[in-house]
Amino acid sequence: MAKGTKRVMFAGVGGQGILLASRVLAEGLLRAGLDVKSTEVHGMAQRGGSVVTQVCFGERVYSPLVGPGAIDILVTLEKLEALRYVHFLKKNGILLANKREIPSLPVLTGAAPYPRDIEERLSSFPVSLYLIDADREAERLGNHRVMNMVLLGALMRLAGLAGLVDWKEVVAGAVRPQYREVNLRALEAGMHLV
Amino acid sequence: MQQKVILSGNEGVARGAWEAGVGMGIGYPGTPSTEIVETLAKMEGPMVAWAVNEKVALEQAYGACVTGLRSLVTMKHVGLNVAADPLFTTAYMGVNGGLVIAVADDPGMHSSQNEQDNRWYALHAKVPMLEPSSSRECRDFTRLAFELSERHDVPFLLRLVTRVSHSRGVVEIDPAAEYRRRSRSYERNVPKYVVLPAHARARRVALEENLKRLLADPEARVVNRMEITGSEVGIITSGASYNYVKEAFGDRYSVLKLGLVYPLDGELIREFAAKVQRLYVVEELDPYLETHVQALGVTCEGKKCISPFFELNPQAVATSLAKAGLEPLEQLEPATAEPVTGIPARPPILCAGCPHRAFFYLARREKVMVVGDIGCYTLGAMPPLDGIDVSACMGGGFSIALGISTNLPEGEKVFGVLGDSTFYHSGITGAVDAVFNRRPIVPVVLDNRSTAMTGHQENPGTGRTLDGEPTVMQDPERIFLAVGFDRVLVVNAYDLEGIRNTIRDAKVSRDRVAIIVKAPCRLLKESRRGPAREVVRDNCAKCKNCLRLGCPALSLDEEGYPAIDPLACAGCGLCEQVCRHQAVRVQEKGVTS
Ligand code: SF4
Ligand code: SF4
Repeated sequence: MAKGTKRVMFAGVGGQGILLASRVLAEGLLRAGLDVKSTEVHGMAQRGGSVVTQVCFGERVYSPLVGPGAIDILVTLEKLEALRYVHFLKKNGILLANKREIPSLPVLTGAAPYPRDIEERLSSFPVSLYLIDADREAERLGNHRVMNMVLLGALMRLAGLAGLVDWKEVVAGAVRPQYREVNLRALEAGMHLV
Repeated sequence: MQQKVILSGNEGVARGAWEAGVGMGIGYPGTPSTEIVETLAKMEGPMVAWAVNEKVALEQAYGACVTGLRSLVTMKHVGLNVAADPLFTTAYMGVNGGLVIAVADDPGMHSSQNEQDNRWYALHAKVPMLEPSSSRECRDFTRLAFELSERHDVPFLLRLVTRVSHSRGVVEIDPAAEYRRRSRSYERNVPKYVVLPAHARARRVALEENLKRLLADPEARVVNRMEITGSEVGIITSGASYNYVKEAFGDRYSVLKLGLVYPLDGELIREFAAKVQRLYVVEELDPYLETHVQALGVTCEGKKCISPFFELNPQAVATSLAKAGLEPLEQLEPATAEPVTGIPARPPILCAGCPHRAFFYLARREKVMVVGDIGCYTLGAMPPLDGIDVSACMGGGFSIALGISTNLPEGEKVFGVLGDSTFYHSGITGAVDAVFNRRPIVPVVLDNRSTAMTGHQENPGTGRTLDGEPTVMQDPERIFLAVGFDRVLVVNAYDLEGIRNTIRDAKVSRDRVAIIVKAPCRLLKESRRGPAREVVRDNCAKCKNCLRLGCPALSLDEEGYPAIDPLACAGCGLCEQVCRHQAVRVQEKGVTS
């Protein structure tokens, strides 16, 4: 790792808008003059499976992918996924977790219960934990789909990236015109949630 | 003026082909390669199409190349197995316009049935192979491949992997660049283009000479790069593994990055080996490079340290080589040493309202043996549906069933199940064989009018080509009848009773019966969403029958009642049909469950 490289990982469930969030992040970092590499898993993951992306940035980034224990900031869009991927974080890393619960197949069919102690278990790790209800915030703004932007806004603040570029411009360029306004408001709201 | 943009590796390949003036871009969809053709289709200039399968794609591209066009073919790794026949022979024949075959491997099997290492194909078929590490190299290597292909009269393979195809990085492009279609003139040349044995023998010799010439070409050699930073340790690597090595060790050790992985530059490898005391080879999957380095008589270590299966990453490389005494740049302190265990898995699952669900649900209940195929519907094998017995490869759904049918108890039938795209890909031949060899299989096409798994590409059954132009819409029913089936039972994918009767009919019938289960994929615009359902608790017997559909909109609530998420429910009505207690009904207006 070249000095100063930062690594962000997003994890959630297919359809939650992870790809858009990580692409907006990468685009903004590029505009800020940084080297960026990101990686995504498509395919089977889109059918309600786990979706994971990583975005690495700094002066010179070689690998878009890193393994467990090497992530600075983990953003999870679904609560159980926080538990599933927390081992990717470095010690004292930041965990930004959405409170949304989405049952997975074994839960749906009653083969396994959705764990009830996720928040406690998460707080037992040596990381800075931020639990927010991004879905509620997005619904308050009138569109539950912009939950990803709420989290992105919160990430900007936590990662100290908020002032790096004009994120509103980046977001505006990445979403359809009719959803621009609500996406921007979600980003703004997220920045004030943490 | 150059502009920095972020491109995925696949977009880089498309951009490189476009900059090289490619005349034809063609492929068969397959993760992680699909977006190459899709990106190229959005660009002005080249003719772009989906072929029915990878072999047909490569053959079409070769035809275009013979006429002088530069042609790009794309597929996922297993697709090259299908296209292997023309691959081996076109290597002998050589090209006219440049021919580049972009093939995307999937180490770790994110979305595949195996993780075959396609570098061996290059060696085996004697087709030169470039292996890019980044989106920028994807663009550059694709352009270079076209140049070298024409200059040295050989097709070129471009090997991608998931972490190159689906990674994004900065590429400098010229936004003002214009498309310039490259074309060479065609001259009839029977000894070159007609591989009769006598011609083939001459071309076999020509191929060796072409490869030798290629290896001596300075432009082909620039993609192999020595980064000498010390004399103690040297690492030979290529592709995505190069990224991991550099991320793990930075400039701490000398590196030989190979861009041309076939033919290998033995001279350069020896030169590099002579500059360092200890030599390691870091590569994902098979010991392809290692075997070659050792064959040169050069001592090195590779798979003794590095895992020969699954995906690598910088930390895996660092940890593996730390055992050999190499020091990574970063001393990692993870938040926790081990992943959290004992939590519910999150496997992919058929969408709410998926038209494939009912068939698998019933196949299990009617106790028929089912051979599946490759597509969304492979998920029909997952519990609770649990509706597939065997599934191997694209187009194998009918043909594997043919073999099974020869050793079944008297009177039993096996069902071969595949999707519409797979049917046209290579399923049809199995149906023909069933009639030819009089095998009593029941071929089933789950016709959702799409290539859904890879993102809804057009196929011969959709009535549209890649560019959205209307074309003949194939009809599986007529195809079955044409090849000799007596009866084709067409049934609505959401009609539980209808499907049950169809399965029962086919099971016992003495006719040659084929089944088509029909309804568009839930994610297509044509798919009509029904009204959301709700559970009436007063009627519910908690029998959990509905949960056996494995619908993501249906779950068990805290009190043991099934609950339907009205936002996720697609209103397909299957749960209502499955319920024996009239406990599921159309959601009443204004009421939320
Ligand atoms: S994408 Fe279409 S075919 Fe695939 S699981 Fe969803 S509804 Fe079924
Ligand atoms: S109607 Fe029932 S089975 Fe169909 S999508 Fe809704 S909950 Fe799922």
